[in-house]
Amino acid sequence: MAKIKIQKKDIWIDMTPMSDVMTLLLCFFMLTSTFLTPEPVSVTAPNSVSELKIPEQDVLNVLVTPEGKVFCGTENKNNMQAMLDEMTDKFGVQLNPTQVKHFREDAMVGAPMAQLAQYLSLEPEKMGEAIQKLGLPLDSIKGGKSEFQEWVSAARNVNPDIKIAIKCDSKTPYASIKKLMSELQDMSENRFQLITNLDVKRLND
Amino acid sequence: MAKKNLSKQKKMDTRVNFTPMVDMMMLLITFFMLCTTLAKPQAMQLTMPSNDDTSKLNDEQKQVTKASHTVTLYLGSNDKVWYIAGLPNYADPSCVKETTYGKNGIEKVLNEHTTEEGVNPVAKIKLAKKELDAKKNEYNSKMTDEQYQEALKKLKKGELPNGEKVPALTVIIRPLNTATYENMVAALDEMLISNIDKYVIDNVDKLSEDDKALIEKAGVK
Repeated sequence: MAKIKIQKKDIWIDMTPMSDVMTLLLCFFMLTSTFLTPEPVSVTAPNSVSELKIPEQDVLNVLVTPEGKVFCGTENKNNMQAMLDEMTDKFGVQLNPTQVKHFREDAMVGAPMAQLAQYLSLEPEKMGEAIQKLGLPLDSIKGGKSEFQEWVSAARNVNPDIKIAIKCDSKTPYASIKKLMSELQDMSENRFQLITNLDVKRLND
Repeated sequence: MAKKNLSKQKKMDTRVNFTPMVDMMMLLITFFMLCTTLAKPQAMQLTMPSNDDTSKLNDEQKQVTKASHTVTLYLGSNDKVWYIAGLPNYADPSCVKETTYGKNGIEKVLNEHTTEEGVNPVAKIKLAKKELDAKKNEYNSKMTDEQYQEALKKLKKGELPNGEKVPALTVIIRPLNTATYENMVAALDEMLISNIDKYVIDNVDKLSEDDKALIEKAGVK
């Protein structure tokens, strides 16, 4: 019995077209991507049928967690810096250059002014953890504006065209959001946008 | 002889192995896909009255709005919702009826709400809006965005294209402190779906004693 001799075949596959396609895809994603801005606490927005898009610039993001903690920030770092300067002047807080650098790296403000310097001197790794326990106070200071309102008016002073977008978790009690909205109303900020996810199912119903 | 040896070059295989490159590309693409937000979040425009003139505005609206043109929604805990069609009858707590969110709940209530003129304004406006949308989206439609917005504005005021005028409903949304933010957005959503422009989010802490007693009796919580 003669053994059947299997011919050895070269199983080399040409990967060049695949790599071409990959490069194209990669370029597409790199050019179209806008990076997710890290949020101190992850928040799930409720669904709605509204198809309005939020603008890309001049937006003051207000984040409300399920516990009712409030954070705010804007995507323009220079504006954030100007807001910080205004706030530190008003509250008489001194920050060193390292702390300011940390502030610029942070996406949102959440530390009360009394704890701001201490929070910003933490290591960047620990800041993410620490900010979850903080949050801007909504209580008015000696009958005047609250710290949150001060931040909003600082943002308004720095950029008069700024629009307020509220991103609130769907499980946040209404009482918290009511307090927030009434504080905004008190300072005549009556128009704001509520960030929602598109409810495609309901839209097509 | 030596020259001849040199010229006889060995044929080299010039194919480069691309597999590692493809691997790396895959990784990069996965990274970008996970880190990007292609779908931008949607937003809902909300305009609240200024705190100073809330009460004044409400009084004005109460004067111009007929009883049967009003619907009051109470948003309670555990995703429960109640409504009062027309003005509340303080003597009879059964005027507060329970319903649900969504298509078969609030949307149906608003859709079937009949005013004293005997018309269902929400249903009529919705139908007219559907026609308007069809006109806007039809092939080679010449309608500009401005014209569309103009027509939509008229519709929401209750002026139908065939010259008929229907009353526009006013909805008072009263989220109780036990409701969640999701409930409020769901209620605002219904206003969008039913094309209702006149709605107010009322503060339950400032309710009149009669209203408080009524919802207490009706079991709204």
